[in-house]
Amino acid sequence: MTIDEVRQIILNILEDIAPDEDISSIDDNTKLRDQIDLDSMDFLDIVMELRKRFNIEVPEKDYEHLATLAGCITYLQPLLKDRLAAS
Amino acid sequence: MGYDAIIIGSGLSGLAAGIRLAMFNKKVCIVEKHTVLGGLNSYYVRKNRTFDVGLHAMTNFTPKGVRNSPLGKLLKQLRFSHDDFRLCQQHISEIRFPEHVLRFTNDFEFFRQDVADQFPQEIDGFNKLVEKILSFDELNLKNQEVLESRPILERFIRNPILIDMLNCPLMYYGNAREGDMDFYQFVIMFKSIFVEGFAKPVGGMNYILHLLEERFKQLGGELRMGSGVTSINAEKGTVESINLENGEKLVCEKVISSIGYVETLKCCSPKLYETEDCETGQVSFMESLFVVDREPRDLGYDKSIVFFSTQPKFDYKVPDEMISITSGVLCCSNNFNYPQPLKEGLIRLTNMANFAQWNSLPRSDYIAAKKKWRNKALESVFTFFPDFRDNMVFLDSFTPKTIKKYTGHLNGAVYGSPRKIKNGKTPVKNLFICGTDQGFLGIIGATLSGISMANLHVLRK
Repeated sequence: MTIDEVRQIILNILEDIAPDEDISSIDDNTKLRDQIDLDSMDFLDIVMELRKRFNIEVPEKDYEHLATLAGCITYLQPLLKDRLAAS
Repeated sequence: MGYDAIIIGSGLSGLAAGIRLAMFNKKVCIVEKHTVLGGLNSYYVRKNRTFDVGLHAMTNFTPKGVRNSPLGKLLKQLRFSHDDFRLCQQHISEIRFPEHVLRFTNDFEFFRQDVADQFPQEIDGFNKLVEKILSFDELNLKNQEVLESRPILERFIRNPILIDMLNCPLMYYGNAREGDMDFYQFVIMFKSIFVEGFAKPVGGMNYILHLLEERFKQLGGELRMGSGVTSINAEKGTVESINLENGEKLVCEKVISSIGYVETLKCCSPKLYETEDCETGQVSFMESLFVVDREPRDLGYDKSIVFFSTQPKFDYKVPDEMISITSGVLCCSNNFNYPQPLKEGLIRLTNMANFAQWNSLPRSDYIAAKKKWRNKALESVFTFFPDFRDNMVFLDSFTPKTIKKYTGHLNGAVYGSPRKIKNGKTPVKNLFICGTDQGFLGIIGATLSGISMANLHVLRK
């Protein structure tokens, strides 16, 4: 997957867990929590969706890497780079 | 192959836990003893009418778009939209004592103003109390410290009548303990009733429960009705399986039980010695439903919910007699903002009741006692409110004995044990509890309880 594809899969997950939020205006470098009102329960959902969709395990100590969209991409891209984006 | 998790009980907490687990592809089965969903918040049918049990109104109402309130979190976690719950807000409710009446709506500033008008000497203290309440972290699962609320309230409010008036609705809608209330529980209830507010779903509990059931099944969850658990097999402190009434054995990794803490431990085999020193709940109610031939407001009942005490001092305790008639709750379903008026007028009356006394009556006396105490309760109500006996077209009552029979909760204790197990843990390593004994109460609370226990003990592992 390319960086753009990884970015898109994260946005897809956010769209599913926060359907009322405007995902299109998210800034990559600002904390997600401050932009779309995510709490710790929602972060668990991001992690669970990654496990469900891509079989990726994010240990609790790594949750901090998921704080911003840019952080998510940096953390996940190496784990997803050999996968094909769903067509 | 066994299950990743078995959930005991298909009430709101069990269904919510089930949805969370099924959502993330866990193999999960909910087993329910009764043939109807809902547990303590259920419904029943009499003469083609469907009545809610347990539900007067849903507390914790917050409008669409508020996402970090309990209701907002619940909707997000279960991936429902606010519209799915079809919530209709209350008009206005009141707390009525002999000398004072306080009214409240879903706008907290209205209530604050009413307190200021009725108790001008106390408004500064009340405002400081509200600040303390709003900044209190009542949802902390790790905090097991018990603080009595009365001494805290007395630091802010001098007039005991105002303290009793604040306590009355909060206790009636969620205090498992007689007398005083734990402060964190007071805060939960204060926020859910006064700061947030009341609403009712179109279609009642029947609708909400089937909405959750449908979602659970869509996600691949399995639901077995009429399947009581006869034992939770926990050799060496670890559950391996459960046995059902039909003799079947279900193998599982984890069990989340919503049937109550002591009730759960009592199912364990081999027997657990911890069962002996558990505090069981005592608080239960008698409730009567009166279908009337016109809108309740045309009979002088224009409030959504009325919490009343006929004495200046309000005592929240199990009565020595069959029921207590000196205080109670009146609820008129019609006085909520439904898009279409309900077909019939419905007035509910709830009074505290004594389980042991109801339970000891033989069948014939039991039916006569229901009638006698229903009439006594009504006579007490009619010293405060207009008489509607000539307008009744149907009536029915249930007692603590009915609640025990259908829910299995010891003593018919609708709010469970006074001692809450906030982290949901039991002496058995992979057996957890959710629901009323875990500590979050009410419809929203129970649902969040199921969600948070599923998250904490199954999904985060």
